Amino acid sequence: MWDYTDKVKELYKNPKNVGSIPDANATAEVGSIVCGDALKLYMKIDENHVITDAKFETFGCGSAIASSSALTEMIKGKKVEDVEHISNQDIVKFLGGLPDEKMHCSVMGGEALEKALKNWRGIKTDREEDVEGEILCQCFGVTDGLIRRVIRENHLTTVEDVTNYTKAGGACGSCIPKIEDILAEELDNKKKEPEKKAEKKPLTNMRRIQLIDETINNVIRPILQEDRGDIELIDVDGKDVYVALRGSCSNCLVSNVTLKNLVEGKLREFVEEDIIVHESQK
Amino acid sequence: MDRVVYLDNNATTMVDPEVLEAMLPFLTERYGNPSSIHSFGGEVGAEVDRARMNVSKLLGADYDYEIVFTGTGTESDNMAILGTIAYYKEKKHIITSRVEHPAILALCKKLERDGYHVTYVPVDSHGNLDMDMLRDSVTEHTAVVSIMYANNETGVIFPVEEIGAFLKQRGVPFHVDAVQAAGKIPIDVNKINCDLLTISGHKFHAPKGVGALYVRRGTRMRPVNYGGHQEKGRRPGTENVPGIIGMGKAAELAVEHLKNHDGMKRLRDKLEKGLLSQFKNSMLNGDSESRVPNTTNIGFEFIEGEAILLYLDDKKIAASSGSACSSGSLEPSHVLRAMGVPFTCAHGSIRYSLSRFTTEEEIDYTLSVMPEIVDRLLSISPYWDNEKKVCKPVNF
Repeated sequence: MWDYTDKVKELYKNPKNVGSIPDANATAEVGSIVCGDALKLYMKIDENHVITDAKFETFGCGSAIASSSALTEMIKGKKVEDVEHISNQDIVKFLGGLPDEKMHCSVMGGEALEKALKNWRGIKTDREEDVEGEILCQCFGVTDGLIRRVIRENHLTTVEDVTNYTKAGGACGSCIPKIEDILAEELDNKKKEPEKKAEKKPLTNMRRIQLIDETINNVIRPILQEDRGDIELIDVDGKDVYVALRGSCSNCLVSNVTLKNLVEGKLREFVEEDIIVHESQK
Repeated sequence: MDRVVYLDNNATTMVDPEVLEAMLPFLTERYGNPSSIHSFGGEVGAEVDRARMNVSKLLGADYDYEIVFTGTGTESDNMAILGTIAYYKEKKHIITSRVEHPAILALCKKLERDGYHVTYVPVDSHGNLDMDMLRDSVTEHTAVVSIMYANNETGVIFPVEEIGAFLKQRGVPFHVDAVQAAGKIPIDVNKINCDLLTISGHKFHAPKGVGALYVRRGTRMRPVNYGGHQEKGRRPGTENVPGIIGMGKAAELAVEHLKNHDGMKRLRDKLEKGLLSQFKNSMLNGDSESRVPNTTNIGFEFIEGEAILLYLDDKKIAASSGSACSSGSLEPSHVLRAMGVPFTCAHGSIRYSLSRFTTEEEIDYTLSVMPEIVDRLLSISPYWDNEKKVCKPVNF
């Protein structure tokens, strides 16, 4: 038995906005009966970009029905600009969570919304354009574009995650090596991102000191205080930061570790990559 | 309905009240170890042997000592295969079917990694075994053939007697996984000519945690576990006495009830005919004739199995599905795929499995709530035209 939230149960038992809209001006169909779940989304959008009506038809399990119903509730009566960034994570949040193996149901909702809005804007989304690259998983027709997006949006790290969210790799498994490659690439890209940010904005002395102070007060001190410790900023000299550990930290045997891992780590994360933290003897 | 309508008896069954009653003393005052010298334990040992006799009667065995008690059906299946191939070390070929229980299939996959060659005999669209292929694949390298008596999902019965006669002639050890047959149809190990046969207690109203392996006198195999002398060293470890007593009683009751199974079959047929005639877009999965009398597996087109189960659950009806979603896998069950069930209804397949405790009232109730559930899900389905009541022309 799945551990569905009450919200999921409520929505598959009594789904809202079921049916079709004959004069819809934004529609999309995702999934297929072969794969075991499919969603057809209908929207009516007026000249002010307000989604005046949204309905769905779903072939699928309880969580597929609940995800579809949730999506229509989240977009009905809203402006296109306010909902176009709704992702599968927002749907999961609305539902109060989904079992790991059912994440792909929420992805189907996000996909349908994106495709329907493209349809409304008159952007062609026939098979050719929709693939966003090559079809990687032949069994479920999943493209590398979708896999990359889902990895980024949900911070996925394993093949198992990718299968839970997109179904890719869940049948014959022949695409698993390719998924592994994509995961490795995406993780690599993610690592490079903060470096780029740091390079972009060289900090002024004033701004650096400000950021160091804020990070210590808002990030580092609360963590230390949980262990009845404290920290004091003594001095900043270029990228050398001098601090003193107080409270239970002051005579802690692992204070060096705290200094390097926590204090320096956080300052490097939030301020600059090459900050060096020293313990002040004052 | 004030209580659950339980139509999932191929998953597990209710412990018969008479079975529970027989077990209770062995959970309380009669706690002796059957291996002990003193009569307090020895008398318990005598009761274990009485249970052994009852199980041997259920299977038509010649000797009580041909019954080895185990923990589960899965354990018996593993012991049969592993014990046999450990004896015939030089033979590296195993034959089984594509629709076996995971207890056999997962083991065979592991043995393939260990260098064994496994032939998976296919089935046709009715779930019947390709007998020609089975016969043709037997060679002098075949260590063991393992075929199920009845399929857990469709209830289809395989011609084990025909297979047994052929294999006896060829001198190849034959294991039958009879977990879904025991208590549902009469079993006779001598008619089957099998060397090994697996059953599981909880599928015929004994408690969970007890199984048995029939080992024909003279069958060559090595133990899988090592330890004490229990079960003649074949399954060492102190016996699950209450479970064994329960299985013995359940076997005794099954022999009685097997004399009159028409009632269960009549109710199963009523349910099946009722469903198939009510719903145009439904079909029977599995051979309608060669089947155990308690099981029916019906595919509902254009709707999804887990959703049906959840709606049934809401009506306090417990059933099961071969759909992908209900199991957490992404494809429909290996059995339905092996049969080539059309994808329009493979995802919407529901297994209803009855027991001797199923009542007519429960079947009538199930028949009465199904239309509401199917119509509701069809009304949500993108493949259904609600006005014309037909399937929409769609590109699958």
